[in-house]
Amino acid sequence: MKLNYRIVIFGLSIIFGIAFSMPSLLQTDGGKKVNLGLDLQGGLHMLLGVKTDEAIKSRIKSIAASIKHFSEREDILIDALNFDESSVKFTLLDIDDMKKMKDFLSKIDGAKIVSNQEEISVELTPKEIEKTKQEAVSQAIETIRNRLDQFGLSEPVVARQGKDKILVQLAGIKTLQEEQRARELISRAAKLELMAIDEDRVGRVNVMSPADAASYGDVILPDVKNPNIKHLVHEIPILDGGMLTDAYVGFDQNNRPQINFKLNSEGAEIFGDFTGKNVGKHLAVVLDGKVYSAPVINERIGGGSGQISGDYTIMEAKDLAIALRSGALLAPIYLMEKRSVGPSLGADSIKASMVALIGGFVLVIVFMMIYYRLAGVIANIALIANLFIILAVMSLFGATLTLPGMAGIVLTVGMAVDANVIISERIRELIYQGVSIHKAIEEGYSNAMRAILDANITTLIASVVLYAYGTGAIKGFAITMSIGILASMLTAILGTHGIYQMLEKKIQKSKDNRLWFGIKG
Amino acid sequence: MEFFKYTKTFNFMGKSKLAIYLSITVVILSYLLLLTKGLNYGVDFAGGTIVQVKYDKVAPIDEMREKLKSNELFKDSSITEFGSVNEVVIRMKTTTSDVKIDIGDVTREALKGTGNFEIRRVDIVGPKVGSELKEKGIMSLLLAIVGILVYVAFRFEWRFAVASIVALVHDVSIALGAISLVGLDVNLDVLAALLTILGYSLNDTIIVFDRIREGVVKAKNLDLTDIINESVTRTLARTTLTSLTTFFVVFTLFMFGGEIIHPFAFTLLVGVIVGTYSSIFVASPILLKFGFDVKGYHEKLAQKAKREAEKNRMRQQFESGTI
Repeated sequence: MKLNYRIVIFGLSIIFGIAFSMPSLLQTDGGKKVNLGLDLQGGLHMLLGVKTDEAIKSRIKSIAASIKHFSEREDILIDALNFDESSVKFTLLDIDDMKKMKDFLSKIDGAKIVSNQEEISVELTPKEIEKTKQEAVSQAIETIRNRLDQFGLSEPVVARQGKDKILVQLAGIKTLQEEQRARELISRAAKLELMAIDEDRVGRVNVMSPADAASYGDVILPDVKNPNIKHLVHEIPILDGGMLTDAYVGFDQNNRPQINFKLNSEGAEIFGDFTGKNVGKHLAVVLDGKVYSAPVINERIGGGSGQISGDYTIMEAKDLAIALRSGALLAPIYLMEKRSVGPSLGADSIKASMVALIGGFVLVIVFMMIYYRLAGVIANIALIANLFIILAVMSLFGATLTLPGMAGIVLTVGMAVDANVIISERIRELIYQGVSIHKAIEEGYSNAMRAILDANITTLIASVVLYAYGTGAIKGFAITMSIGILASMLTAILGTHGIYQMLEKKIQKSKDNRLWFGIKG
Repeated sequence: MEFFKYTKTFNFMGKSKLAIYLSITVVILSYLLLLTKGLNYGVDFAGGTIVQVKYDKVAPIDEMREKLKSNELFKDSSITEFGSVNEVVIRMKTTTSDVKIDIGDVTREALKGTGNFEIRRVDIVGPKVGSELKEKGIMSLLLAIVGILVYVAFRFEWRFAVASIVALVHDVSIALGAISLVGLDVNLDVLAALLTILGYSLNDTIIVFDRIREGVVKAKNLDLTDIINESVTRTLARTTLTSLTTFFVVFTLFMFGGEIIHPFAFTLLVGVIVGTYSSIFVASPILLKFGFDVKGYHEKLAQKAKREAEKNRMRQQFESGTI
């Protein structure tokens, strides 16, 4: 027996395969492991769309709010302040204030100001609109990631997909409650607005239609505890959650959980100004379009802190505080795709695919041994090495093993022996022609090589296309197939060749072609 | 053990007429099926919702139907058994885009009182994502075919490439026909299986073609029919063996892989059988029909060798400084 470079490489790759697949096989604490896909370990996969138009609308709305606040503070008289999807319009009552107003407006980023004498219209430039939309998506990703990080799941995936889609993957969700909470956290707009009640018309709220309310610049909002109770508030908020710096769970005098929040200095100033001017009136604390409370303003509230009281459990209050703290979603999100797999189904899938893998594997191995005898055993060594290498490479790259990925491995078992079948057939043929064992092996390999390479490369082309165009679980299939094919070149071609070269003398001496190649003669 | 001896050459091409008729008939039948019955697109491509429910007893399908009827969300839903009598899937064409409304929760609420059950899987694919996946799926099939065509044309000769593509289309058509026949849900995994069939069937064809090419180069007898017969016979053991091992694993996957992997395994199963058949009885006869000119090829090879020799001679002269 003599060592040759092939057998050395093969030996090294087996050592590599075993060493790096151990962490995954034994589930050790350290080391790089294969990730199980959501379909195998259970979890939640969501593709979310972002309603970016809403971000534009809310941007417009906040411009309107700042114009209102500015004009009130500077005693600039304006009239007919209103806004639609894309612009804010108002009329300046005193044309002398024009310069002051324009100075203020010019400070707003990306705003295009069109004035026709005293009528002023503010809209966003197309560039600003695009930027706002993109920011809304980035901000949504950031916000969702922040919220999920605080939720306590290991490694949530939140990633942008395409231009305006968000991929969220949560592995290892075990219970129904967990899933519900995660969903709630993701979807919660957490848009806090402090709004002024329209004191003059609030008495008529129950007979008012939304259109009526809109004609007064108001909006009708339901109460959170009882949707039948309606509040009439000015549509332009006093301030919104963008000025929030902190939110945490506290308790009210009855020891019920409530959420305390703090505003930044700008927010505190606006809030102070407003409360100072409106003592005796009502203030509505609005979260996601629902009125949580509408207390009477007793005095000017400085310092910029407030509470949101409601009927929540501590857990709910905690999640709400997380949502507020990580910021509002500038634009609402909607569900484009969702796949959720319960852990029990994942476990069943693992079991089933393992049975198929082991079953198929044993069948192939036994068959090869019967058909080719020792040549079959050599092929089987390559096959086993192949499995280890697939697992090792996947572990090393932290690749994800999905159910189709398992199928890919099963299929690789069937196809990886192909190379050895081709080679063995070639060797048999040459032996029948009566050439020496040495020549039979060398020529067998070189004759078979072209066909094996062509066959493998075409399969690889199909796998690469699958990877490029496939999504989620299918990508897993393409990955295991590709790794399997590449590994089989190493094991089934190089490795077995090395073994034959090492055993050549022995085979020659024994002259037992039946034992070695399963043929007579 | 040996299935086939190399001493006797089988006359495959003599039977090719019969095989071609059979293939044409089956392919036409497949297209008829695709035209009349069509493919049953699953949620991945058509969009929609799937809820998989498992009971700890036999699933009370009638009772479930009754319960779900009252909810608007389940309008036009269908309930079918899934793998075992305990497990069912509820399929809906509709999707909810509201992140807060969870169809799993709604189903749980709606099925209250039908026994102990667990919601094991919820798949919602919005219409936009569905059509996107469909586009991508068709693109990937086309791209794979084109990529393979280019490769084979580059490695062999255009006639080989066209013959192998005919075999591919033959295999995929029949697989699609079989999918339509049993009314399988066509999802992403079935597409993956189809792409695998592409690779596999081509694999088989290439091995045979490689042998034919070799036969053409070495042949003293210039009759293409003989060369093909000889080559197919020589690769017969390999074709049978690999098909068998692949068939083994796909079959165990089909039998034991679980319900979710079923459509995937079924498609592959059909593909393995048809792919093996087509590499012998479809691809090779077509190559024969194209009338590959063995003599011409020999001349071309000889010319190529001559050019090569000339080049070498020139190089040698150049290096030794005679030019």
